[in-house]
Order: sequence, then C-alpha cells, then structure tokens
Amino acid sequence: MRIPPRVNQAMAIVLLGTATLLTVVILVFIIVFVLKRGLPVVNWHFLFDSPQDMGKAGGIFPTIVATILLPLLAIAIALPMGVGTAVYLTEYTRENRITKIIRFGTDCLAGIPSIIFGLFGFIFFVTILGMGWSLLSGGLTLAIMILPTIIRTTEEAIKSVPNSYREVSFSLGATRWRTVVKVVLPNALPGILTGVMLSIGRSIGETAAVIFTAGSSLRMPTSLFDSSRTMAVHFYILAREGISVDNAYGTAAVLILSVLLVNMTAYWMMHRFIARNA
Amino acid sequence: MNASVVTAKFSAQNLNAFFGADQGLKNVSLDIPANKILGIIGPSGSGKTTFLRTLNRLNDLYHNFRVEGRLLWDGNEIYQAGFDVVELRKRVGMVFALPVPLPMSIYENVVYGPRLCGITNRGRLEELVEKSLSAAFLWDEVKDRLKMSGMRLSGGQQQRLCLARVLAMEPDVVLLDEPCSGLDPISTARIEEALTILKESYTIVLVTNNTKQAARVADNTAFLLMGQLVEYGPTAQIFTAPLDKRTGDYVTGRFG
Repeated sequence: MRIPPRVNQAMAIVLLGTATLLTVVILVFIIVFVLKRGLPVVNWHFLFDSPQDMGKAGGIFPTIVATILLPLLAIAIALPMGVGTAVYLTEYTRENRITKIIRFGTDCLAGIPSIIFGLFGFIFFVTILGMGWSLLSGGLTLAIMILPTIIRTTEEAIKSVPNSYREVSFSLGATRWRTVVKVVLPNALPGILTGVMLSIGRSIGETAAVIFTAGSSLRMPTSLFDSSRTMAVHFYILAREGISVDNAYGTAAVLILSVLLVNMTAYWMMHRFIARNA
Repeated sequence: MNASVVTAKFSAQNLNAFFGADQGLKNVSLDIPANKILGIIGPSGSGKTTFLRTLNRLNDLYHNFRVEGRLLWDGNEIYQAGFDVVELRKRVGMVFALPVPLPMSIYENVVYGPRLCGITNRGRLEELVEKSLSAAFLWDEVKDRLKMSGMRLSGGQQQRLCLARVLAMEPDVVLLDEPCSGLDPISTARIEEALTILKESYTIVLVTNNTKQAARVADNTAFLLMGQLVEYGPTAQIFTAPLDKRTGDYVTGRFG
C-alpha cells in the first residue's frame, strides 16, 4: 500500500521530532539531576580544600589538579604523534598497502574498550617500565587511547583543505614541509581542534584506563611520578565504596561543569579562528 | 650574447607528456621569446594547461606524470635529475584559472612568496606589497585594508591579488592559466591592461579559452589541438592568415 506524500511527511516529522526531543530531554534530565544533587555541596572549600577521611569530608582540590594535568599530559604526548602520523599518511605518502594497514590499525585501536588500555598501561608502563602508579603512566596510557581519534580527525581535516591551496603554495616555490606548516595545518586547525576537544572530553571522564595506571592516591601530586586520583575516579570510589554520596554528586557536578567549560572555550576559539580567516 | 638573435626564455624540443597511459602533449616544439606575451589557444582538453604546468613542473604533483624530450629554461634542461624545482618555481610564477587567495590577509597573501625566499625585513616586505599590488592595479582599492582577509575581495580583485602575489616574487616568467575565465569584462580588461605593461619586465605565457583575448594581448600565439602544436606564429598571422585550415576554423569559431 502506498502512503500518500502528505501522511508520509507528517509521519517523518513526528518520528524524527520525537527522537530529537527524547535525546534532548534525556540529556537535560541527566545534567539537571546531577547538578541538583551535586551543586549544594559545591562551595569554595569543596573546590580548594584537600579531602579528609577518604573524601568523606573536606574538598576535592587534588583531584581537580589531577583531572587538569592528566588530559594535558595525554594531549601533549598524543597531539604531536597523531598530527605527525596524519600528515605523513595524507601528505607524504600515496594510498598503498602500508597506509591501509596503518589506518586499519588505528581504527581497531579506536574500538578497544578503555579498560583494556588500563590493563595494558598497568602491565607495560606501571610494571615492566617501572613507572609505578603515576601521572606519567596515566598520561601515556590516555595518550595511546586518544591517539586514533586525533589521527582520524586530523586526517579528515587535512583532506578537507582544498588542493588548490597546496598548488598555489607549491607554485610559489614552497617545499612540501613549508606548504604543510604554512597552508595545510593552519587550515586544518579547526578540525584538529575538534579532535583535541573530543579527546580531552574522553580523558576527563575516563576511569577504567586511569585507575590502573595513575592510581588513586588522594595526595596532591608534586611530580610526574606521583600517583593521583582524577575527579572521575574519585566519584567512582566515593559512590562505589559508599563513602559519601553527597560528595560523589558534588564531584560529578564539578566534572560536568568543567567539561562544559572546556567545550565552550573550544567552540569560542574555533569561531574566532574561522572568523579571522574567512 | 648575440643581440640579433631573439633569446628564447623557454625552448621545448619534441616534448611529450604523459599521465599514466594518456599522452597529454605530443611532440611539441616551440620557443617562447623573452619579454613577449605568448598566447596559447585551443579547445578544452587540447593540452594547454598541461603545457603550462610543464613549464613550472607543477605536473610533478601528479604521481603518474612523466615527460620525454627536452625543455630548456634559459638553456638549462629543467627535467634533468637534480634540477632545483623550488628555484624554478620561485622564478616562474603562476596564476590559476580560479582565483585562489590563501585564507589569510591581503598583506600575508602577497608576502607569502617573498617570505619563502627568506625576506623578513618589514620595510622591504611593505615595499614589495605596494609595488606588486600597484602593478596588478589593485593597490588603490585595498591600500587601506591590507589586514583584511583576501577571501573577502570580489572575484576580480582576488585574481589581481593572485597576480600581485606572483609579482611579489619578482619572477622571470609569469604563467597564466585562463586567468579571466571567471571574471566580468571590466575585471578582464584590468588584468589585460596589467599584462601588456608587465611584459616589459617579464616573459608571459597566457593560456586562454577566449581567442579574442589572445588576439588582443598576445604577441605570439600557439594553437594546440589534441596535444599537438598545430600552428605557432605572430598573433596577427594566426588570426588573419593562418597556414593550417584547422587554425583558421578554430579562430573564426567554426569549431571548438
């Protein structure tokens, strides 16, 4: 039986609209729920005091520091590697069997559950390389975890740079390297930044990969070789061990707000960058 | 150097060009005299652009491209092993069919080439910017907004910016690949005006789909057809007394 176009259209609007509405409602509900439970405990002392009694009392300052340091460390390691790989794959080689294998490898890496990375990091960095539970082990593990995302988004961003830009650059006597640095990468920057933001978001919220590698010490980290606890891990331990549900929600609220802040800053930066050049 | 001999800036001798199995140029031999405008005409797919991009080795960007025969630039074979392509491209500038301002300011667009050559002196760069924009008849329109993005100019202005970008390199040869194909008649006239003045200092090779344009500005004209050079001579001769019937048919618009 054929459905009349008008009915068809109406059905599409209702179905798609419901799907969209449902998505937004669920999202908003989660955020509002967490903020409502969590924000009452958030105050100056909660943010800037050290935890006491396993986190039952006191603040969460060391975990905030760890949550800032770990993703930064991961990005600092993964960004040069990932962008380098992407530039090599797109600008310096032609599509061949080896690039296909590399690409397949990164795609597989992207699909591995984070707990596997945690386990690997624990065995390799923590135990074999003897780094112990530390910011460094955690940062390296997170770096490997976000590498595929950075490589793929950078590759896509580089591919979207019009070829005519490259031709102009070459025709003016630029080497390939100069062309990449002066024309390709600046124009791929918004895309690369998107990948970085996605990666930071993933790293901030990561527990499984971090708990095995950076450990769960509540002390303030003073060097790369100190163990530390991120907000996500803190939240997990508080809730799971039943130490303090209120403080768990408080930590979650801070976590959500900081992810929001990171994303907003990124969008602002991206828009400013695009507006300046177009 | 013997002054009575016309000096050839480029000299192609039995030049063949291939993209994989496809042959883009067939046995092309022609001398491009210095300080003249050479117009290259021919229907699309006739190898005009291939020939032009062979001169600055831009076809090298296609991995399956190769040439046979000789192509001399001031007497040097540019396809010999170890030839400095970067140096060639710095001396042989190119303006593309569609205006491609790089997504940066007008100023940055013009100094892109000079910066590659290692010029960092502010005063020297500013001098180059004014000089090249003036030569491309763009200075008066943009002198107060050099910091503005080149992408915000109109199409005709963008193409003149691209010309200025090439001139800022103070090149030896300027290659133009249908530079007016997307432009209105007034912008086209501006570009043509610039070209006739520029040939005093540069050798110009102009590929054009518009035979009238070749007739207006070119000193010499070459007619390419399916990768072969059909006829080459002074523009007046090509347009009024062509030796080959196909040339006559093409310039009078009977085919193509």
